[in-house]
Order: sequence, then structure tokens, then C-alpha cells
Amino acid sequence: MIWNVPFITVALLIAIGLYAVMFKRNLIKIAIGITIIESGVNLFLITLGYRKGGVAPIYTNLPSGVKVPEGMVLPVPQALTLTSIVIGVAVLALMLSFIMKMYQHNKSLDSHSRRLKG
Amino acid sequence: MIYNEAIPAILIGLPLLAAFITPIINLASRKARNAFVIAVLAIEELLIILLAWHVFTDGIVIYTMGAKNPSIVPLQAAVPIRIVLEIDGMAAFMGLISCTVAMAAGIYSIAFIKEGNGKSRYYTLLLIMLAGMLGMEFTGDLFNLFVFLEILSIASCGLIAYRQHADAVEGAFKYLVVSNIAALFVLFAIALFYAQYDLLNIAAIAKVMQYTQLDKIALVLLVAAFAMKCGAVPMHFWAPDSYSTAPAAITAMLVAASQASLYALFRVCFTLYGSLMDYQTIGLAIIIFGLLSMFIGVTMALPQKDIKRLMAYHAISQTGYMLLGVGVGLYLLGSSDFNVYGIKAMEGGIFHIINHAMYKGLLFLTAGAIYYRLGTRNLNEMGGLGHTMKFTSIFFIIGALAIAGIPPFNGFASKLLIYEACYKVSPILSIVAMLVSVLTLASFIKVFHSAFMGPKMHDVKEVPKSMLIGMAVLTFVIIFFGLFPGWVVSHIVHPAVMALVDKTAYINAVMGG
Repeated sequence: MIWNVPFITVALLIAIGLYAVMFKRNLIKIAIGITIIESGVNLFLITLGYRKGGVAPIYTNLPSGVKVPEGMVLPVPQALTLTSIVIGVAVLALMLSFIMKMYQHNKSLDSHSRRLKG
Repeated sequence: MIYNEAIPAILIGLPLLAAFITPIINLASRKARNAFVIAVLAIEELLIILLAWHVFTDGIVIYTMGAKNPSIVPLQAAVPIRIVLEIDGMAAFMGLISCTVAMAAGIYSIAFIKEGNGKSRYYTLLLIMLAGMLGMEFTGDLFNLFVFLEILSIASCGLIAYRQHADAVEGAFKYLVVSNIAALFVLFAIALFYAQYDLLNIAAIAKVMQYTQLDKIALVLLVAAFAMKCGAVPMHFWAPDSYSTAPAAITAMLVAASQASLYALFRVCFTLYGSLMDYQTIGLAIIIFGLLSMFIGVTMALPQKDIKRLMAYHAISQTGYMLLGVGVGLYLLGSSDFNVYGIKAMEGGIFHIINHAMYKGLLFLTAGAIYYRLGTRNLNEMGGLGHTMKFTSIFFIIGALAIAGIPPFNGFASKLLIYEACYKVSPILSIVAMLVSVLTLASFIKVFHSAFMGPKMHDVKEVPKSMLIGMAVLTFVIIFFGLFPGWVVSHIVHPAVMALVDKTAYINAVMGG
């Protein structure tokens, strides 16, 4: 791969996401931060599954010249990523609905306007 | 014995299936729905006892989802890709805790959660939570662990926010953020393992583990993530908020849920890494987590005015005892002292897990009973409840004495084991542990005095029967464990500790000799 660019991107995405979660006060931005971390982890999983010149492990309409099964990609990382994306959608939906409820109660998206202290 | 090899799968599958049948039965009748949920929880309890019996007598149980010996092994993969459930002594022990607490919480909720406002969905989430806990404890596959971790945290967040107060939603949001970040750390660590070994199975990874630089990073990520999820100081900030705002029955479940994370932490330390890692350093780190949790938890608990918040801080402090006991065991692992008192320390720590789930669950349920009658959690507004709520106050005394480590209740048995074993390592550990225990007693005397003693201030009745039965289930276990600690330690706790320590047995059960 080109100078490990995907791995550097992964590290950057996770760092940016953690920064947003820790230092941003807006609840929506915290939710965005978590989504960014998740994208970083998903990208990492997908990058692991990369194989130069590999094709998808589908036997019908296989391009000619591909050795079976050596030329195929093992689809486990993709399956893991898909699961992780689905879970991510559920978590994001739940998180946004909590933020909505909190906005209704507090009339503010600032995390410092919280009620539970000490 | 009526034992069937499919029991592990049924234990996870049954609550998942029942969860989605519950709203349908609710259309017919509410009583039928209650009966159905309680029946499912009772069957779960029965099955886990059967399974635990089998595990404690015959050793590790393996259940493979999919073919037992698939003929096609994919090229890059070192072992066949399938999901394995592996139940050793420790997993069965944790399963017992989850099922018992879930049953008590389920019975308690019949009267405690008022009808309307989606009570059938409440039960749905409760059953999913149970399935998530059992899945986390039984699985032998790292990615599966991640999936169940997320199922557990999503279901518990929904339940924390069940009442939709501003406070409850805030507690749920905090818990969701923390547990999701923890889960993503876990997923990242899993990806690191997959990158190196092409494996996801815990036993298979443990077998070929090289302890490279990447493995060390993964270890740090996993320990941090699970310590965050189990509410150890300094990652404890979510615990008081979500424990105090959730409905009481759910708080009892949350205690069991944090212990499932604690189990995952121990599983990673002992089975996945085991002899490879530098256990003195990791053990010391866990001891320090434990000491900090114990001390900060109890000092934060003392000034609280909200009864459930106070108990939540005590939950943090009690988690410290478990970390201390098991941390001392980990610290000594491999040295000649381990067989002398390392084992004792671990027995104390592991025994404390089940004890804590029982008495803390009971205390949260009594707090819920007070809230049910008075509608407040503020200690200053309570008083004189002992005149009318007699059973609740008896249950509260038993729970409070158990948590403070007073004989003949169960907290005494496990705390004594921890004191004795830790004293051999360093007297300071035992002194801190005892000091924390005294402070715990002090703060519960305060609660007992301000809630139950004094002149009659409120004209309230005793809580409904189903709530009393829920509390009685846990009280029975507390008294039983308190009266026969020797039997419990040698028949349940010791096998669990040995299963945790014996890494090769866990690996061989899956990989073969």
C-alpha cells in the first residue's frame, strides 16, 4: 500500500474522534466524535482485509485468470466491519434520541448544563 | 441428570426469543405477559444451575455454533471460522450471578414498574440485557464478545432512560458514551489480534500469542476498556449517575452487567495473556485501581444525600475489593507464594463478586422500595419508615450488614479471605481494606438511621408482595452464603478460580491436546 496511508488515516481519525469526545461541549459534537472513532476502527478492519489484486469470493462471473481460491479475499474482516457498522447505526440512533430528550428538558446542547453533579 | 449439550445455546437464545415474544403476549393480557417473563427467567435459572453443576463436576463445556469439524478450512485462516461457546468454571459462576439477579429483578419489576408507558418493552430490554450478559460470559470468540458487549450496553442504556426524566436521560447518555468508547477500544484490540494471527478465537489466540509490541498495545486497550466499563476509579464518573437514575431493578442488573465486564477483564488477563505478560506490573496496576476505587468510592459515598447515589459510590468501592483480591493473585501468579496465599486472595476476590451482586442488588431493591412508597431518593425527606415497612427494613439491615462485612453474612466471608491474603503481601493493603469496610458501615448506619428510625413521619404501607419476593430471593442467597461459606468456596468459588488460572485447560478444550 502507498506508504501506509490507510494506517496513518486510522490513527488520525481515532485521535480526532477522541479529541472531540473529550474537549467539545456540544452534545452533538460528542456524538460526531464517537462516529469518527468508529469510522477509524472500521477503516482499520477493512485495511487488514486488503489483498493486492484479490477479488471478491463470489464464484459466479469470476474474472478470467483468477486462481481459485488463492486469488480471492477472505471476507472475514468485511463481515466484521459490516457488523460493526450495523451496531454503530443503532448506537448513533439511540445517542441522538437521548440528546433530543436532553434538549427538550434543558433547552441547551451544552454538556456543562448537566444536572447530575458530585 | 437431565443435561443436554445444547443448554449453553438455549441459555443465550431463549431470552433473545422471549424478548420479542413478550410484546405480542402483552396484546392478549398483562398477567399472561408477567407470567411468561417470570417463567422464562425461572427456566434460565434452572438451566444455569444444571449447566454449572455439569461444569463443576465434568469440566469445561464446549458448544460450537455451526459445524463441529468443518471440512473446508479457508486459506488464510489457521482454524475453521465458527463461533465457539466455551463455559468453564468461571463463566458458569458468572452465569449463575447474572441469572439470579435477573430473576430477582424480574419478579421485583412486576409491581415496581407501573403499567402503561411501555412496560412490555421494559421486559423486552430486560431479557435482551440478560442475553447480552450471558453471551459475554459464555463466548469463546473475541468478536462475539464485542457484539454481546454492545447488545448489553444498548439494552441497559434504554432501560436507564426508561422513565425519561431529565436525570435519567443524562445518566443513560453518559453510560452510552462511555460504553461505546470502551467497545470501540475492544474492537480495535480485536483487529490488532486479527492482523497478526488471523484468529478471533480466544483459545486459539492464547495458544499462538507472541506478546509482540502490538499485543502489548492491545492489552492496554483491553484493560482500559474493561476497567472503564466495570466502573473502577479513575473511570468511575458514569457509575453514580447511571446507577442512581435507573429504575431500582435495573440498577441491580447494572451491577451484574459491570461484573460481566470485570469477568472479561479477568479473562483477558489470565487466559488470553496469562504467563506471557509481566504479571507483576499488570497485577500492581490492578491493585492500584482497586485501592483507589475502594478509598475514593467510600469517601465520595459518605457525604451523599441521595440514597441510590450513595449506594452507587459504594458499588465502586466494592468493585475495588474484587480488583484488589484478583490483582494480588495476578501479582503473585507464577511465584512460589501463589499456591500459599495467592489462591486465597483470588478466592476472596471472586467470592466477593457473587456476594456483591447479591447484597448490592438487595440494597438497590430496598432503595427502590422506599422510592416506590415515598417518591423521593433524598435521605433528608425520609424517616420513621421502620414503623410500617417492616420487611423492607429487615432486608435493608441484612444487606447493610453484609456489605459492611459483619458475620454471619456473606460479605464477611469474602472480605476475611481478602484481608488475610493481602496482609501477607503488604499490611497496608489490608489496613486500607479494613478502613474502607469501617467507613462503609458508618455510611450505612447513617442511611438506616435517617430512613427507617425515628418517629413516624409518613403514612405509608409495606410494598407489594412481588417486590418483597424479589428482595427475599437475594436475601436467601446472602444468608445461605453467609452460613455456609466453606461449602460455597470449595464447591463454586475454588473451581472458578482454578478455571481462571489454568490457561492450558481452556486452550486444550478448544484446540485439542
